[in-house]
Amino acid sequence: MSLIVKKVAQLITVFIFLYGIYIIVHGHLTPGGGFAGGAILAGAYILQILAFGRDPLHLKKKETGASISESISILTVLILAVVGLFIGTKVFFNNYLPSGKIGELVSAGTIPLYNILIGIEVAAALLTIFLALIIYKEEIE
Amino acid sequence: MELTISILLGFMIIGAIFAIHAKDLLSSVIAAGIVGYSLVICFLLLKAPDLAIVQIVVETITLIIMVAVVIDSTREELKVKIDTQQIINISLALIFMLVLVFFFARAIESLNPLGQHTLRMASAYVGDPAAKTGSANLVTGILFDFRGYDTLGEATILFTAAIGVLTILRIKGKK
Amino acid sequence: MMVYILSFILFLVGLYGIITRRNLIKIVISLSIMEFSIFILLVLIGYIDGGIAPIITDQVINPTYVDPLPQAMVLTAIVIGLATTAMLMAIAIRLYRKYGTFDIREIKNLKG
Repeated sequence: MSLIVKKVAQLITVFIFLYGIYIIVHGHLTPGGGFAGGAILAGAYILQILAFGRDPLHLKKKETGASISESISILTVLILAVVGLFIGTKVFFNNYLPSGKIGELVSAGTIPLYNILIGIEVAAALLTIFLALIIYKEEIE
Repeated sequence: MELTISILLGFMIIGAIFAIHAKDLLSSVIAAGIVGYSLVICFLLLKAPDLAIVQIVVETITLIIMVAVVIDSTREELKVKIDTQQIINISLALIFMLVLVFFFARAIESLNPLGQHTLRMASAYVGDPAAKTGSANLVTGILFDFRGYDTLGEATILFTAAIGVLTILRIKGKK
Repeated sequence: MMVYILSFILFLVGLYGIITRRNLIKIVISLSIMEFSIFILLVLIGYIDGGIAPIITDQVINPTYVDPLPQAMVLTAIVIGLATTAMLMAIAIRLYRKYGTFDIREIKNLKG
């Protein structure tokens, strides 16, 4: 791509990334949540890859980072849910943290934690799929 | 409200028919984008902002993937000759459609008219939810608290799809 | 009633595309059109006249919310639809690299 596209992509990626993080963190107060925010985060990465191509980013069989963070986040979701089995009313996916005052940032018990983890998981999964499509494009030949 | 959504659905049907019958695969992919982005406007009109945000991002990523696949292949549509196989396929499609229309005509009698829905199952989730989850966004509260199993299954499916794409693309095929 | 019938017609258009087309990409597109018709039907069923979006605010007194349950279900279905579409696209790429065509009938004839 040309210099203008690269520069604009550099500038705008920061704001897209911040917007995705805002959507994830405020998922229990405003529209959005883990799914939407994760997809926006993946979109920021995809914009960067589309603007700069695969060569400057040294993308050669390096989808492992995205894959590992995906596995770790889904494992943490399971651990958080299993902890609910041992605390309080002994239910899987139990909301065991105090729910707090409605409308504040730190409230709603475990829901913000699940939001953040699902956001990381969705972003990593979409990024893995896209990187697989980019990296193995030439190697298949 | 019903008229606006009917017009949008009409646009979506026209876009779908064009996507199926277009000569060039690239214009077919872009016509499928018409359907997806009209769906975003429908979601906004139907008071579902969460769905609108998700759908607009997902549709964009889908379009990028599809264009990346289509753009360096033979883009022209195959010539469809009307042979016996094609006639069998079209008549099969018509029979399936007639069966589905029959069952839909039976099912539509039990649906309420648009806008006169009564909360049955969700009334337990909506009534006094502050005491239960403390989440101001009711959809997030349902997704991560009352229906946590659904979200876990969805995350598992996404994980499996990512692993599947890696597996499919990584194996060296036999030439 | 009109909107239900129109969304069902959208479903039929997708079904027609799946059965009669021979191009793999067009089959994937028809599949996603069927998905879209189901999403809009589910959200239409949950709509309530004069309802507000299901988010608790202090400004509205004694509000009526639209049904949040179909919205939550459709939210997961959209992301699953993206996953299946990406998977089908990966399969289409592999078939195209091996056989050089998207025509499913030709691929069936070129076994091995």
